Amino acid sequence: MANICQYGSFTHAVVRSIPETFGGKAESGDGHENGDVSVDLAKAQRQFGCLTGALRQKVGLQLIEIPPDPELPESWRIEDVAVIQGDTALITRPYKHQRRSEVEAVRRVMSELNVTVVEMGAADGDSGGATLEGSDVLFTGREFFVGLSSHTNRRGAEVLADTFKDFAVSTVPVCGGARLKNICSMGGPDTIIINNSDGAKKTLRMMEQLTDHHYEVLTVPDESAANCVYIRGPSSRDFLLHRPAEECPDSVSAFQKLQDYTLLPTACSEASKLGASLSSLCLLINRKHTYF
Amino acid sequence: MTTETGADSEARQNKETEKGKAKAAEPTSPQNQTEQLPAAAGHSTPARKEQEQQEEEDQASHRSSTSRLSRSPLRGVKKVKIMQCKVTLLDGSDFTLNVEKRARGQVLLDKICEHLNLLERDYFGITHRDVENQKNWLDPSKELKKQIRTGPWNFAFNVKFYPPDPSQLSEDITRYYLCLQLRDDVVSGRLPCSFATHTVLGSYTAQSELGDYDPEELGSDYISELRFAPNQTKELEEKVMELHKTYKGMTPAEAEMHFLENAKKLSMYGVDLHHAKDSEGVEIMLGVCASGLLIYRDRLRINRFAWPKILKISYKRNNFYIKIRPGEFEQFESTIGFKLPNHRAAKRLWKVCVEHHTFFRLVSPEAPPKKFLSLGSKFRYSGRTQAQTRRASSQIIRPAPLFERTSSKRYNMSRSLDGAPIMENHETLMKDSTADGTAKVITKGDIITTVTTEKKAEEEKAEREDAQMDAAETPEPAVTTPLRHDTKSEADEDSEMPTQDNSPPEEMVKHQTNISELKRSFLETGSSAPGLTEWEKRLTSSPVRSPRLDEAPMIEPLDTEGEQAAGQEPKEEQETKVTEAAGYLVKYVLDSLVTDLGTSSGPHGISLSTTMDDDVFMDGTLREVEEKTPDSQEEVSERSMGKVSPGAVRQEVSQAISDKKGTLIILKEAEERDDAEGMETSAEGEKEETVVQEEVNIEENGTSKEEEDTSDVKEATAVKTSNLKIEIKTDDVTQIKGIDSPKKAMASWISEEVKTETSKIISATAEELKEMKTSLQKPEMFTFQEVQMEQSMTSLNHVTVSESSTTSLAVSTLGWVSSSQKTSPEPEEEVVVAKETEAAPADSTGPTSLDAGDAATKEMPVVHTETKTITYESAEVDTNGDVDPGVLLSAQTITSETTSTTTTTHITKTVKGGISETRIEKRIVITGDADIDHDEALAQAIKEAKEQHPDMSVTKVVVHKETEITPEEGED
Repeated sequence: MANICQYGSFTHAVVRSIPETFGGKAESGDGHENGDVSVDLAKAQRQFGCLTGALRQKVGLQLIEIPPDPELPESWRIEDVAVIQGDTALITRPYKHQRRSEVEAVRRVMSELNVTVVEMGAADGDSGGATLEGSDVLFTGREFFVGLSSHTNRRGAEVLADTFKDFAVSTVPVCGGARLKNICSMGGPDTIIINNSDGAKKTLRMMEQLTDHHYEVLTVPDESAANCVYIRGPSSRDFLLHRPAEECPDSVSAFQKLQDYTLLPTACSEASKLGASLSSLCLLINRKHTYF
Repeated sequence: MTTETGADSEARQNKETEKGKAKAAEPTSPQNQTEQLPAAAGHSTPARKEQEQQEEEDQASHRSSTSRLSRSPLRGVKKVKIMQCKVTLLDGSDFTLNVEKRARGQVLLDKICEHLNLLERDYFGITHRDVENQKNWLDPSKELKKQIRTGPWNFAFNVKFYPPDPSQLSEDITRYYLCLQLRDDVVSGRLPCSFATHTVLGSYTAQSELGDYDPEELGSDYISELRFAPNQTKELEEKVMELHKTYKGMTPAEAEMHFLENAKKLSMYGVDLHHAKDSEGVEIMLGVCASGLLIYRDRLRINRFAWPKILKISYKRNNFYIKIRPGEFEQFESTIGFKLPNHRAAKRLWKVCVEHHTFFRLVSPEAPPKKFLSLGSKFRYSGRTQAQTRRASSQIIRPAPLFERTSSKRYNMSRSLDGAPIMENHETLMKDSTADGTAKVITKGDIITTVTTEKKAEEEKAEREDAQMDAAETPEPAVTTPLRHDTKSEADEDSEMPTQDNSPPEEMVKHQTNISELKRSFLETGSSAPGLTEWEKRLTSSPVRSPRLDEAPMIEPLDTEGEQAAGQEPKEEQETKVTEAAGYLVKYVLDSLVTDLGTSSGPHGISLSTTMDDDVFMDGTLREVEEKTPDSQEEVSERSMGKVSPGAVRQEVSQAISDKKGTLIILKEAEERDDAEGMETSAEGEKEETVVQEEVNIEENGTSKEEEDTSDVKEATAVKTSNLKIEIKTDDVTQIKGIDSPKKAMASWISEEVKTETSKIISATAEELKEMKTSLQKPEMFTFQEVQMEQSMTSLNHVTVSESSTTSLAVSTLGWVSSSQKTSPEPEEEVVVAKETEAAPADSTGPTSLDAGDAATKEMPVVHTETKTITYESAEVDTNGDVDPGVLLSAQTITSETTSTTTTTHITKTVKGGISETRIEKRIVITGDADIDHDEALAQAIKEAKEQHPDMSVTKVVVHKETEITPEEGED
């Protein structure tokens, strides 16, 4: 059973490298037209390398890196194409058509990892236009929150709910074209990190209304700081990958409130320009147990 | 009244006081049998076990077929109608048992739990599928026959309240049954879970049922015999087996614990789903659970309302409403409406909500002062709350019972790990218990046969009356009765079948008795009232537990912190104690009346909904009433009476009343409608109730209401009989309104829309009290009124005598207030309060009732009863009425009962201006026919009360007496 494991316990991380087409045409939406944004490919790749390095060396995860595909300029946002919980991976159906082939490589990796793969796109007729991206899904260890955003619709959330039947799946509104994970993320088993924008507050209120559980809320002043990656490493150490002080100057102090955490400042400025963030870049899996 | 002594009268009393009470039904008549039962039973238990095992092997158990009739000589005689009930237990087997037709749900539940050896019963309930194949929970406080409209008496035993933390259950056996329920939930798909969870749960199931994995013994496909999932695949079975292998040495109890630990995390654990539509017509599901109300659209949770967020729940027709506490940034509370498929569904949902809220949310009988009741129905959860049941179960001191995990035969062998095999154990236990050797084997079914002739006569009469009541349902009541009787109405037939054929197998009975013997030996406490089982005895210590449910301490369904305003009508607030789970119609009204007096607005008042929803209700229900003048009401009542039942037994009537009104009563201030503080109660009638019921309700109706707002007064009430019944054809509404005094009390029952037939409606109106000093509202009886003055109690100062005569209720109430037990310098003032509040008893009751005692078979259309209410108050008391209610520190309600009396004690502690005051209000209901000397009983009750509280003074005694005046009075 999935929740027997401590929340945040992972053994593997799956990432997909930054292609040369990073920031290319396919990137649009989210109000981040690349015309308006200039990204530094090399810097993005460097930052990607830092992230993977942290995951592998600091946290100690096994890293599986899917090679980049120039045809898929957004494929590095691997979080979007799968939602993994326990031994099940739901291969999602991204909002943008051109992204839907991104799932193939990920599906393969999941199969290799012996993860049960559930296809959202498989029943296309059936799922009637369901779209879901992983960056709109917040798994708290106890339940799922799915942000109904520009990229994720209710049908998509329903498929998610059908896939992970053990858990309550609640839908929450996400305002302003953001993605749910842009405004919040988990900072621990019972801790939600959220930024203090009005939209985020609204979403948080809804989450609080919908949940049976009580979560600690860690509010960070910088909008982009709310996206972190929490991992409970071996020997029960708590790791938190978060945006560094140079990117989120006001928020670092907030993270330091987390007791006994190993904080891993990880830069993500380039991906961030495209509306992504730290969590967008990796899929985390726990393969330690076959069943639970 | 004369006092009849001897077994006969006892038997009768027993019968009458049976109401819903577990024990009463089993050891019915001759009381001494009670003692003998258990011992006898013991011997055959092992045999039965074997038998059961065999039955379980072929999955279909036919226990009923194996039943042997033990025909006692008396058997042939007609007596109480016995119905055969088939109860599907959690292991899928059927348990067949007989209950009296008029038995309350609690009787059945208790019998089942006895059979299952289950002590932590409050989590469980009985379901019955209605004609729409919808599962309905039986109301333990209501008669079974009222709740089963048609078809065979088939039930299912189920978990009603899923404990959020099963590890807190006291006994493994309880967890075992919870596991069984959950396994069924999982397999049926009600509790969805992932493959991985199916695997885990399945593996623990296998361990629990089969013991350690053992390929040699179990074979290779043993796992296929078990069901784990709605769609069980080979893959799943293999994984289950893999896991099962790893559990070596795990005991069944441990496996079940693991099972539950996993199951409880599932998001749909314990969620009771109801189809509905939102205000925009979108299909949604409403899920009721321990924490609140969940709203789902498809599988997605789209909203959730925790109990603390909900100020009020109500329903009207097929709409279900929740009123939401304003959020942090909101100014106004909002009401959200949902459409249910039909009225019954709405009611069902509403009831489930009330029950869940009460069970999980209210932790203690010491209700926070701010609780208010926004629901108008009289329906309340009548059992204990989770907190209370936990407390009670923490006192379980029996050794863990041995029990079989039924579906596995192998289990027994592996079971030896735990110790002696089951059989052995039973034997030793039995030996202990049967030491006296005098045991007789008596099946429950047989109990009836031992009835004395008088009782038989009575029963016959009851049957007849039943028939009459049935007849009453039909448009032309008067005619039918005699004929029916002779020809045997359907009711008779019903009764016959079961009576003769359906006694439970001896073994089963023995088993049950054995269980009770076990309990007795292990749980003995000794100090409690005689009529109770050991379990019950223990339970009585917890306030809420009253088999009869007279007291519903936790009636405040909704917690309104700080929000009395929501109620908007302080006057309507009610005391928790007041409401009775079971049949409070009348009482309700009364109570509310009392509260209206203004004293009650105090801390623990509950406001009955007067708000929007109610209004709506009123529209639906009250229209008729409005037109009616008092006179017309009387006419109505008479008319209806005529129809109703010529020979109805009063008891039946009274019960019928309670049933009828069904679940929803809304108390409303009169002012809404017109002036003053009239209160209106509308209750919704259930369709089915055409039949009259017995005794049980009498008290409720009869109880006089003088409850002070704070419920400080102890009252002793003796009720002889009461009933009130009116049948009205209008499908939706019947009402009666008493309009004498400025204040009015109305009770109206609405029959469900669904029902096309005429529904009987009972309306109880407040009776008017004439002599009350303080002007009180009195419920008015529409029935005939003969006023008689009566006096009695010498020791008390007589303050007021009010009387109303009505048909058929004698209630005597003794209430006294001891003021400030502790520190209060000024007791008197407090007392005053009491006085004011004492609104005269409203007797409501009905027109047609016959004394059960009357063997006389007549079908007289109307029975006259007289009702007398006498109030005595100590001199010191008189004075002001408007006392500050003070701050409620604690309130406690204790109910105990014996065969003929029910004593409800409500203790409140309040602080007023630094003075703490303890008030004890005791209501004693003495029920019985002429064979009980009520005066004596009352005197005794008062005396006892005094003895119990030597340091307190009696400030008020109200005696409310209802007597039938029947031509055939000479019966005994």
